[in-house]
Amino acid sequence: MSSESASPADGAEAPRYYSLHEHHPENGTLLGFWLYLMSDCLVFACLFAVYAVLGRNYAGGPTGRELFDLPVVAVNTSLLLLSSITYGFVMLHVQAKRLVPALVWLGITGLLGASFIYLEMREFAHFIGNGAGPQRSAFLSAFFTLVGTHGLHVTFGIIWLVTLMVQLVTHGLTPANERRLMCLSMFWHFLDVVWIGVFTVVYLMGVLT
Amino acid sequence: MSSEHSGSLGHSGTLREYVTGFALAVTLTAIPFWLVMAHTFGRSSTTAAVILVLASVQIVVHMVYFLHMNTRSEGGWTLLALLFTVMLVVIALSGSIWVMSHLNDNMMPAAMHGMGTMHDMHDMHDMP
Amino acid sequence: MLNHTSLTTLLLGRLTWDALPLHEPIILYTFVGVAAGGIAIFGAITYHRLWGILWRDWITSIDHKRIGIMYIILGLIMLLRGFSDALMMRAQQAVAFGDSAGFLPPHHYDQVFTAHGVIMIFFVAMPLVTGLMNFVVPLQIGARDVAFPFLNNFSFWMTACGAVLVMMSLFVGEFARTGWLALPPLSGIKFSPDVGVDYYIWSLQIAGVGTLLSGINLIATIVKMRAPGMTLMKMPIFTWTALCTNVLIVAAFPVLTAVLALLSLDRYVGTNFFTNELGGNAMMYVNLIWIWGHPEVYILILPAFGVFSEIVSTFCGKRLFGYASMVYATVVITILSYLVWLHHFFTMGSGASVNSFFGITTMIISIPTGAKIFNWLFTMYRGRIRFELPMLWTMGFMFTFTIGGMTGVLLAVPPADFALHNSLFLVAHFHNVIIGGVLFGMLAGINYWFPKAFGFKLDAFWGKCSFWLWLSGFWFAFMPLYVLGLMGVTRRLSHFDDPSLQIWFEIAAFGAALIFLGILCFIIQLVVSFLHREELRDVTGDPWDGRTLEWSTASPPPVYNFAFTPIVHDNDTWADMKKNHYARPQAGFIPIHLPKNTAAGFVIATLSAICGFAVIWHMWLPAAAAFAAMLVAVIVHTFNYDRDTHLSADEVRKIEGSRTALLAGHV
Repeated sequence: MSSESASPADGAEAPRYYSLHEHHPENGTLLGFWLYLMSDCLVFACLFAVYAVLGRNYAGGPTGRELFDLPVVAVNTSLLLLSSITYGFVMLHVQAKRLVPALVWLGITGLLGASFIYLEMREFAHFIGNGAGPQRSAFLSAFFTLVGTHGLHVTFGIIWLVTLMVQLVTHGLTPANERRLMCLSMFWHFLDVVWIGVFTVVYLMGVLT
Repeated sequence: MSSEHSGSLGHSGTLREYVTGFALAVTLTAIPFWLVMAHTFGRSSTTAAVILVLASVQIVVHMVYFLHMNTRSEGGWTLLALLFTVMLVVIALSGSIWVMSHLNDNMMPAAMHGMGTMHDMHDMHDMP
Repeated sequence: MLNHTSLTTLLLGRLTWDALPLHEPIILYTFVGVAAGGIAIFGAITYHRLWGILWRDWITSIDHKRIGIMYIILGLIMLLRGFSDALMMRAQQAVAFGDSAGFLPPHHYDQVFTAHGVIMIFFVAMPLVTGLMNFVVPLQIGARDVAFPFLNNFSFWMTACGAVLVMMSLFVGEFARTGWLALPPLSGIKFSPDVGVDYYIWSLQIAGVGTLLSGINLIATIVKMRAPGMTLMKMPIFTWTALCTNVLIVAAFPVLTAVLALLSLDRYVGTNFFTNELGGNAMMYVNLIWIWGHPEVYILILPAFGVFSEIVSTFCGKRLFGYASMVYATVVITILSYLVWLHHFFTMGSGASVNSFFGITTMIISIPTGAKIFNWLFTMYRGRIRFELPMLWTMGFMFTFTIGGMTGVLLAVPPADFALHNSLFLVAHFHNVIIGGVLFGMLAGINYWFPKAFGFKLDAFWGKCSFWLWLSGFWFAFMPLYVLGLMGVTRRLSHFDDPSLQIWFEIAAFGAALIFLGILCFIIQLVVSFLHREELRDVTGDPWDGRTLEWSTASPPPVYNFAFTPIVHDNDTWADMKKNHYARPQAGFIPIHLPKNTAAGFVIATLSAICGFAVIWHMWLPAAAAFAAMLVAVIVHTFNYDRDTHLSADEVRKIEGSRTALLAGHV
């Protein structure tokens, strides 16, 4: 249905309905990853909702007050918070195009994350060994699932971090790798945000009642 | 193909921002732990309310200082997405708690005596 | 260390020869038929040496147009399976009165209605909707593809693998017997210890990943990749509904993921989320699943509304009436859909205050939809209406959906719902809106955009047969159910004692038979259109005098969609361009960057299906191996930095040149 005519004359004004130059749409990776994080937020919201509803159903079993060791939780919280700022140092070095310091701080972040997971695994093993496993009551099911899901995310974050370190060594600070580092940065900080919810609602409020 | 010009997330941090955020976060973490471990307030509901508020503040600190949340990134879409998500989280959490606690009050046999929602009780007899 | 028995258990789990339906004739013959058909298709592909093309141009394609078509093919194939379930239910309910037990024992009937619901929602409606959005949106916004082409391919294969798992449940083991939402405690390990609910969980989790990623993909596409000049309020209305739909997807599917994960923890680990003992609360499942479930139905209907908006304005030759109010209505529906979920379980016992709140919000949400209907009617008023097939489907929708919507408002009144909850009235209501709304919308959209995708129109005669049979069939099939529901008949029953009800079920079965003929006519329409494609050919790319950008491209569009990125000045961009005598450029082409095809999506999705199957049957070793392989495949894929290619200016010139010749020859 369009009218055909000869091609636009040279030297004529720019065509009204199309662009003669290559059009580069803005890269959508960071927005896309942010949207994924929002969806992950909702997964955690569900787990928090379940914890809110079922979290006092002890079924005659152990309560949070009996189980939770707040000093250990404080150490864990500190490890995660530290790892947040060490990742901040990573990004500062990346912005300044300093690859080796970035790798060093990445490694430290990964180690801090791994220590967090180690302590959490020890806590879980301790609970399970004392008959306070996820099957014992709805409270414990909700506890293990909420805290465990967060831990699973941190674990995948560490795998991603290691993979990215290898890719930085093999390919350097390319725009693609920088985007990946920014995505991991968002992921890592997001996990710390979730942990704020966890230590407040689960551990601190669990000890309060 | 670089994203330098797009004002994207995670790109505008400075050392000062990270250190400020870290200091604030440490403070906002230490206070709740201390409040709970030292039994500072008489009533646990007060402590709970205070630490929840502090947690919310710390989340905002993380958003601003670590995640560089602002109105400009991605043309405002990141903030919009965050606000929409927060709204849904509030609806899902408060809605679930409201619905389930009413359910609990109405449907738990052991709780049938002298609860506040007595006027809901006669619904139960008409249940199929 | 590991003795023989425990190694066998690790490898084979609870999979035994008993899983095969050797003692169930209906399923056995179905399997033989499907196997024979499958072998025939495989044989034909091999004979015509099409595997290479299939692999290169379709399976590994990251082109949104190809992926969109594959989604729709998947949806239509699963429609046949889901409808077979429907026919079986109608047949059973028409005959099973008094002494006659019918031909489906309850054990099977329960699987049939569960599979019917799961398949129709997740593997027919969702793929059709996703496919349409995938195909159309980038073209409508003047983009070359979606924001994340690889993820798009991966999303499709995850959905397809979910469908494969559901189909496998027919032949290996059995499906869930819990209804399409699998409410606990019935779906818990105590009352459903067999594999049925596990098939349900894992097929939905796998497909759900695909859907969620697709949602993220399309939002990023619409936000970031619109052609210059296309502000949000200049987007085509279908793109607006697509945006809102994908926001709903990203906001709702995580809830489904979480709830199904909790159910699977109850089943696999022995947690107590939804059990009757040790503190569990099954009602929390109902609460959470409907927090997902209500937005889900808006995910299904909003794209259909978008389709109808495009069709009404095109076939009335007018701008859509009240574009801005349509946009606001869509956004309001998006937000309100999160405030109504409890109306699905008024009778669960939350009490009057909670029920009143949600009853009111449910009634409020019908208002923006009503506004849309008025806008469509006002668009038609004083328009020059052309009653082509897409317009017929639209008018069928307007009438049918409105009635269904009204019965919804009736159900929104809690006291009324107390009598009608889980009755056949409810079943009639949701089929009314889903068939009248979603399905009619998808068939309208398929008829409307088919010429764009394939270069020839669909045959009008067989299309009209299909339409009238669907429309009349729907009414005969579901009006009796409204009557039955008002009389108090409960849903999901496979046998009745009251013979006075039988006539209604017989009328409903007649309606189902009409729909069957409607589907048959649709298949015939496809075949006849293909055979007569030269007579039905459209070379202009714009067979309907369309108004939006997709009609400015060739039919089918070239791989890059637009040789030059369009610049947008007004709504109904293509109508604007035609009015101003737009001249298609024939020289000055530039090289175009394109992403490469990849097998990674297909490989990872297949591995996840294998992992899912293994987890269902408790084959822990294969499950762990498949999961590890998935992780490795993902990591390997991330090491692939070489994802782009490009078409040279010469190649673009050749492609555009052949279109020029085609257009000239046509004139």
